[in-house]
Amino acid sequence: MLDVIDLNIEFHDHITPETVVYDFDLHLEKGEIVGIVGESGSGKSMSALAIAGLLSRKHMKKRGQIIFDGVDLLTCSRGVLRKYQGNDICMVFQEPMTSLNPVKRIGWQVGESLRIHTSLTEEQIREKVIKTLADVELDDPEGIYDKYPHELSGGMRQRVMIAAAIICEPKILIADEPTTALDVTVQAQILKLLKRINKTRGTAILFISHDLGVVRSLCERVLVMYRGRIVESGSTGEVFEHPREEYTKRLISAIPKMEKLKDGQ
Amino acid sequence: MNIKSFILKNKRLAIGGSITAIMVILAVTGLFFTPYDPNAMDISAKLSGISPRHIMGCDNFGRDIFSRVLAGLSTTMVVAVGTVFIGIVFGTLIGAFTGYYGGYLDEIMMRFNDAVLAFPSLLLALVFISVMGSGKLNVTIALGILFIPSYARIMRGEFLKCRNLDYVMSARLMGASDMRIMFVHILPNTVRVMLSTIAIGFNNAVLAEAGMSYLGIGVQPPDASLGRMLSEAQSYLFVRPGYAVCTGMAIVLLILGFSMLSEGLEKNA
Repeated sequence: MLDVIDLNIEFHDHITPETVVYDFDLHLEKGEIVGIVGESGSGKSMSALAIAGLLSRKHMKKRGQIIFDGVDLLTCSRGVLRKYQGNDICMVFQEPMTSLNPVKRIGWQVGESLRIHTSLTEEQIREKVIKTLADVELDDPEGIYDKYPHELSGGMRQRVMIAAAIICEPKILIADEPTTALDVTVQAQILKLLKRINKTRGTAILFISHDLGVVRSLCERVLVMYRGRIVESGSTGEVFEHPREEYTKRLISAIPKMEKLKDGQ
Repeated sequence: MNIKSFILKNKRLAIGGSITAIMVILAVTGLFFTPYDPNAMDISAKLSGISPRHIMGCDNFGRDIFSRVLAGLSTTMVVAVGTVFIGIVFGTLIGAFTGYYGGYLDEIMMRFNDAVLAFPSLLLALVFISVMGSGKLNVTIALGILFIPSYARIMRGEFLKCRNLDYVMSARLMGASDMRIMFVHILPNTVRVMLSTIAIGFNNAVLAEAGMSYLGIGVQPPDASLGRMLSEAQSYLFVRPGYAVCTGMAIVLLILGFSMLSEGLEKNA
């Protein structure tokens, strides 16, 4: 469904161009959950932004192809790209505190994609928004509809963000460290929610994280990125059990283990 | 919170608000009704003092000063509102496009902006008036155009600030067009700054209009204007000080009330 072939991203805002992503390849099937892991600055967020079509067209050179539904999203016009954004490809950001417009009501923001991509009436949009809010397990969706973002907690906002992302039933949901800013219990709930959305709606999820434990429990396949390159990829079990690359081994051994802690090591 | 504690807590807001409310009411009244025709002359009452018939006395042509202050207030108010309106509408448009898109458009517009800002504004207004002719409408247009660059700069800053925020990114990701992002998503976030800009701009507009009329290039006689009346009153300052005091107080109260109101609002926002 989605094919990323030899994606290279170069920054041109300084005198010497700087490449942040080299030869990124990705194939995403319908209903799959693929994880991208790597340390900060490894290029995982950049690749995701490129797929979402959010990289600015100035100061940046991109080579390669991002093919979705037979259309190259890298070279197509902004108008064509906009038809896919929000409708087929959606994204949930890391920071739920700043991802919502502070002066607009929750209901309005969740329904925004519908307003842009469909010709539903306000009445129908309201109905669908409330249904989706209930679907992401928010209590009292009718009450939340009329609230402002500052009235909600971080976990609730992240649910709202997910609701806004899935309301158009997208084929791909890109989650860029959606749980990093949340505490552990809320994290687990959000992950469960993402998994359920994937199961019930068949939405493919591209999950970006530096939390290996989370990736291991959620994803079927995983890509390991280091310094802008994919150093290893494969099914989650394979990569975690039998890492081939030195970097991956080091990354995995860095996961704190219960037994070790008990021994006082 | 009850009203009394609210007023005690926000004295500035309360005082400024009441003064502004009174001035606005007076100005609106002046549009439709004045005790006397502000332009009707009564030579027998020339320069008469305060009396039950003329509560502020009469000017050198025997025109009722109270009626003229009312009419002058409404003229000033209309010109100031028009000026701010022109300034904020075009300033926001220019600010939105330059701030959101950046690049060459931004550079060119802002350098042009700097050039306009570099001129003393009253001088530019003078040039404009001498080309277009004076009168209420032309003064409004001239002042409005003069106000555009400073508004544009402020609004540009706001749009520039919001352009890369997460919620704008997510709006873009939803497939919103640039226009929609600019005017539906970002614009409501700039209201706070816009309001305080409007408040400062309103005061500046009142002063500019009064100043221009005082110099004789603003509102033309026989139309009543506070600035014009002040310049007339100057000649009779020692004979009839009440004329200048009443007219001057109207300007002072208008500006004082409005700046207190805007400061109070800003503190609460």
